Amino acid sequence: MITNPLLDAMGVAKNYGAVAALRNASLSVLPGEVHALMGANGAGKSTLVKILTGAIRSDAGHVLIRGEARDVRSPAAARRAGLLPVYQEPALIPDLDVLSNLRLTGTPVEPFRAWVRELGIPNLDIRETARHIPLAVLRVLDLARALAVEPDVLLLDEMTAALPANLAEKVLEVVRRQGDSGRSVIFISHRFVEISALCDRATVLRDGVTVGVVDIEPGVEEKIVEMMLGARIEKTSVAAARMANETPAAKDSHPRLAVRNLQLGTKLHDVSFDLANGEVAGVVALEGQGQDELFAALAGSIRPAGGTIAVDGAPIKFSHPSDAIRAGIAYVPGDRTEALAMQRSVRENIALPFSAAPRKWGPIRVRRERMVVSSAIARLQIDTRAQGEVQRLSGGNQQKVTIARWIAADARTILCFDPTRGIDVGTKQEIYKLLRELAGLGKSVLFYTSELEEVQRVCDRVIVIFGGRVVDTFPVELADEPALMRAAYGLPRGAREDVGILADIRPASDTETAP
Amino acid sequence: MTTSATMPQAASFGGRLKRFMADRPLIPLVILLVILVMILQILRPGIVNERWIANTAKFAIPLAILAGCQTMTMLTGGIDLSVGTVATMSAFIMATQIVNQDPAVAFVLAMLPAVLIGLVNGVGVGVFRVHPLIMTLGTSLIGTGFLQVYQRTVIASGARIPDFLNWLGTGLTYGFPNALFLFVPVAVLIVFTLNRTGFGRLLYAVGDNERAARLSGVRYWQVITALYVISSLLAGITGLLYIGLIKAPSLSLAEPLVLPSVAAAVIGGTSIFGGRGGYMGTIIGALILTVLTTLLTILHMPEGGRRILFGFIVLFVTAAYLRIIEDR
Repeated sequence: MITNPLLDAMGVAKNYGAVAALRNASLSVLPGEVHALMGANGAGKSTLVKILTGAIRSDAGHVLIRGEARDVRSPAAARRAGLLPVYQEPALIPDLDVLSNLRLTGTPVEPFRAWVRELGIPNLDIRETARHIPLAVLRVLDLARALAVEPDVLLLDEMTAALPANLAEKVLEVVRRQGDSGRSVIFISHRFVEISALCDRATVLRDGVTVGVVDIEPGVEEKIVEMMLGARIEKTSVAAARMANETPAAKDSHPRLAVRNLQLGTKLHDVSFDLANGEVAGVVALEGQGQDELFAALAGSIRPAGGTIAVDGAPIKFSHPSDAIRAGIAYVPGDRTEALAMQRSVRENIALPFSAAPRKWGPIRVRRERMVVSSAIARLQIDTRAQGEVQRLSGGNQQKVTIARWIAADARTILCFDPTRGIDVGTKQEIYKLLRELAGLGKSVLFYTSELEEVQRVCDRVIVIFGGRVVDTFPVELADEPALMRAAYGLPRGAREDVGILADIRPASDTETAP
Repeated sequence: MTTSATMPQAASFGGRLKRFMADRPLIPLVILLVILVMILQILRPGIVNERWIANTAKFAIPLAILAGCQTMTMLTGGIDLSVGTVATMSAFIMATQIVNQDPAVAFVLAMLPAVLIGLVNGVGVGVFRVHPLIMTLGTSLIGTGFLQVYQRTVIASGARIPDFLNWLGTGLTYGFPNALFLFVPVAVLIVFTLNRTGFGRLLYAVGDNERAARLSGVRYWQVITALYVISSLLAGITGLLYIGLIKAPSLSLAEPLVLPSVAAAVIGGTSIFGGRGGYMGTIIGALILTVLTTLLTILHMPEGGRRILFGFIVLFVTAAYLRIIEDR
């Protein structure tokens, strides 16, 4: 190894308040290399990328570019240093035409056109307003715009997501050639297939620390999955304890929630599953696989394009969250700021659903309300020392308020979207316990989590979503973390030896062909 | 990686005072009001007497009710600039219709435009999501236009102020202005609505976090439509009270009250971004503005200078007050 790395980041750390997003991350990219950056949700990939491209500042660590220490303070500085990102969200300004967008970044037009043709779009009207260009093409234009300035290091974040197969193929081809011409690419992807076909090496992050750098070779996927998980302490499986403690709810003829063939734009395809009374069903998915849309559709926030949702056997169409609430389905979003009126008191926040319907707009029966609310507060052990304003509570207590609201409203089904994100261990334990108690009372919970270890603590069953589809459903007994991680990456279950990293795990018709 | 060391709470006297004020935002306002009255008494010894207080109350009440409209709409992050036009319309229609009509009929006719404008405002803001500033400004202009057309049809018949409104606007009972008979119930109703009813709670919730309210099952358009209709009704009633006080129907009767009504709500501690505030503060804010006007009048300043000073004082008071009550 005589070649010096083109980009060398060492000891990078970043804290958000008390939460460490990155602790000791390093990334070294050689010239002419396509380098994969991998890690489970929350491992710190996006934080590292933002630091490298100057979007945020690191608290510690340094970045060498061509062996020189560079302080990349802004996206413009990163650009000057030869580092160019293409993010998942299109970066063209929607109200400008393509040409003006190019001028904004000082991108030469002719090379841009050449790259656009190269990437499989032969007849682009450069005067077209960005808003009118389909998403898939916009992403390709973003890439072409980056390629046109010939960056030393190109950073691609989930580049092939939302691309139809023919465009994706062209993109991958261009990326591979980029490496051949002595430039480097940092490639972030959740797809092993692409990584194995494209990349030379992979850096794996876990909990904000770089845990390994591996050469991509057949069979390496197991090693990567292991690294992403790490040597975790064996947790006592809650499954056994659960069976002992709870009598399974009586099986009734209809599932509480029956989702069939749910369709939503390019995000959800043909999603079907059941949720039974007295069950906690876990949803496991990598970021952006359609789980957000699934929960929003079940909560009545967005209308699905196709498919049916049946509650207790009767099909229902939701046009507003209040419809879902009337059917006893409550949604606890992952982002607490979405669910809480921060300047209002704990009591008002918990009692908010009571006043929603116009016939409940009259005088509040204060004593009754106080009773219901304080029993919910007691149930969740919310620390009410600062209850005058929810914004003065700790994150964990805020999250408890969002759940307490639906305990007080006696919702029969609770959709919990990553409820333990960014809260302390003690509160997490309490939330697990609460969800199990609810199930014990015959209520049902749909529980998305980005922390795989939670699945075995809370869930009865796991639904795995990948690329907007339910790719697998299995009982919690089989859901150890390696199995979940494999499943989340779309690798088939129980086929460890048979599937090489180069095998295309998806049937041909299954590739991203949706427009 | 969490730092577990807890900072010792620095509890200086200033800090505690600030906390105290933040928890009781009315106290600094009352102090300010008292200071203003004292300045007035010092500048003109003997001016502050029973008659002056009754007079101040009379002029503060219409302002306070309109400021109530602003308080409620501002709690949802909105504003109602059409209150001036609505008040003017109901006053003008009342004064002209009473000539030939039964008082009850005249009253209904006077309140009709208020309901209509409120409904249009509510639907525009709640359903079509037009910004409240533009929506209410637009309906305000439309209303003024209609009033001008209407005026041509009633020039012949003339106008008269009904005795009842005279009594309500300027009369005194045992030294108390009769306007209090209207204002006290209205104020109690608004305070009760904001603090103790589901509707009031939704106003705060919608203004604080509309998305959270939606996820709790609140339908935004219902709340907003009801709100703007109520706001317009209050403005219409204020118009009737105001015509009894001013006694000269004109096409811009209540228009000068619009911006002071916004100022009174802001001085009273209601956030124009929504979710924070209350009506008690607004009432004191209206009193402060009224006393301030008197104060500047007796200074014998030219009109221009008075306005400049008025503007500066309002800005200063609001900025200072927000610094006191907001603990950030």
